[in-house]
Amino acid sequence: MTLAPSALDRYIDSKSPVHALDARVKLLLTLACILALGLLPPGAWAGIATIATILWWAVLRARIGLGLVMRRAFVALPFALVALTLVFSRPGVPLLRLPLGPLTLTATDAGLIAFASVLVKSWLSVQAALLLTATTHFTDVLHALRALRLPAVLVAILSFAYRYLFVLVDEAQRMLRARECRSAELPGQRPGGSIVWRATVVGQMVGTLFLRSYERSERIYVAMLSRGYSGELRALHHRPLSRREQGLLFVGGGILAAIVFLTYVAGGGPR
Amino acid sequence: MLDLAEPHTDQPAPTVAMLELRGLHYTYPDGTPALRGVSLRVCAGEKVALVGPNGAGKSTLLLHLNGVLRAPEGAVLVDGAPVADTTIRQVRARVGLVFQDPDDQLFSPTVFDDVAFGPLHMGLGEAEVRERVARALAQVGMAGFERRMPHHMSLGQRKRVAIATVLAMDPALLALDEPSAGLDPRARRGLVQLLRDLPQAMIVSTHDMRLVAEVFPRMVVLAEGQVAYDGPSAPFLADSALLERYGLERP
Repeated sequence: MTLAPSALDRYIDSKSPVHALDARVKLLLTLACILALGLLPPGAWAGIATIATILWWAVLRARIGLGLVMRRAFVALPFALVALTLVFSRPGVPLLRLPLGPLTLTATDAGLIAFASVLVKSWLSVQAALLLTATTHFTDVLHALRALRLPAVLVAILSFAYRYLFVLVDEAQRMLRARECRSAELPGQRPGGSIVWRATVVGQMVGTLFLRSYERSERIYVAMLSRGYSGELRALHHRPLSRREQGLLFVGGGILAAIVFLTYVAGGGPR
Repeated sequence: MLDLAEPHTDQPAPTVAMLELRGLHYTYPDGTPALRGVSLRVCAGEKVALVGPNGAGKSTLLLHLNGVLRAPEGAVLVDGAPVADTTIRQVRARVGLVFQDPDDQLFSPTVFDDVAFGPLHMGLGEAEVRERVARALAQVGMAGFERRMPHHMSLGQRKRVAIATVLAMDPALLALDEPSAGLDPRARRGLVQLLRDLPQAMIVSTHDMRLVAEVFPRMVVLAEGQVAYDGPSAPFLADSALLERYGLERP
């Protein structure tokens, strides 16, 4: 494997109550957690803090470094920066005026709260997803998706992508290495080739990679045909969830729903 | 000197061969002829090596055995019945084709899923599928690898699992494309042992003359899309002039 292993990968095979949970339960609870975070109105700090506490408790139960999960979750922050416009577009008490040529940007308190909420909520959502992926093999997530009635074709696309991502990366790295090995320079001689030529080489490499992948896909299809594939994807049935697992789903979902509900009741509806 | 004009086999051929090719012609879509009149009979349990230089048509021939490619001229008969649209599903259960690159053969995220693919598509029940997967993996010495991912395994291991994916379908004939290519000596030894132990008839394309000498009593030499020799391996492999003529080397 040549893909740089994520720091979280080494937790995948450790033992903990969270690792031992069925992937379907984990997947549903993760989705419920993200949904609950999304439903909380801006500035519902009590609700957000409660969900964060539950999430961090689960991270600790999984014996994964909490700090590591928090730091890794920052990867999504650049996307959350899109919400920066909220600071200037929400009506509210003006805090700051930024003259910008003919326009004046006005930062409001409501806007600032909305922006901070989006930031914190997305950060926590990514942490929930990280907890799922750090404690569950991707193949189990695929099985869980299948069990939760995601269309078979979508699951198949995901599983092929996962299977061949590594093959493709290996192939690309071999090509890059081969290019590097022949990218020599003579002492005292300017390296040859124009920028255009170099760009052409890179373009051709991408093209070659595509063609190879395309040809491989045909071979894979033939391999599938050879084993009786006829256009319909089949999988083994899944064992039903146990009472305990159903109970856990019920309790977890209930707590999250209660947090959202109480927030709306206490806050008198969304602001 | 061996008689080259008349292909012959040692054992008397029974009336219905497990596999029979009759005057197979095939031309690639770009016009290059690949097979030019190939005829061949393989009986149950017979182990046949398919040798010849690159481009002689070995892989193309193998792809005809389970109907992936259909020759416009000539016929492929499995258990005496010609390969046609109506029989194709049964043919694919009888003839297990294993590709050279296990990354093509193993397309599922885990070993279990991959070995279960064939049995599942044959419409078998869950218990039967699980039993067949366990048996096939045990046969190739890969029991306990069910949850592993193919890209985390060595080439030798992946080749073994690739063979298990068709063994799970319980075929009568195995068609393997260069199974020993790229293997280290230890993995190669294991493969030789495995091929010897498997009871199925097999037709195996290879450049590995030592493999031929060790496993296959009968060999078929393909040259320019035609059968140049079909007979016992030992005398052919001992004849330097013949080996030289077909670009092969002494084991």
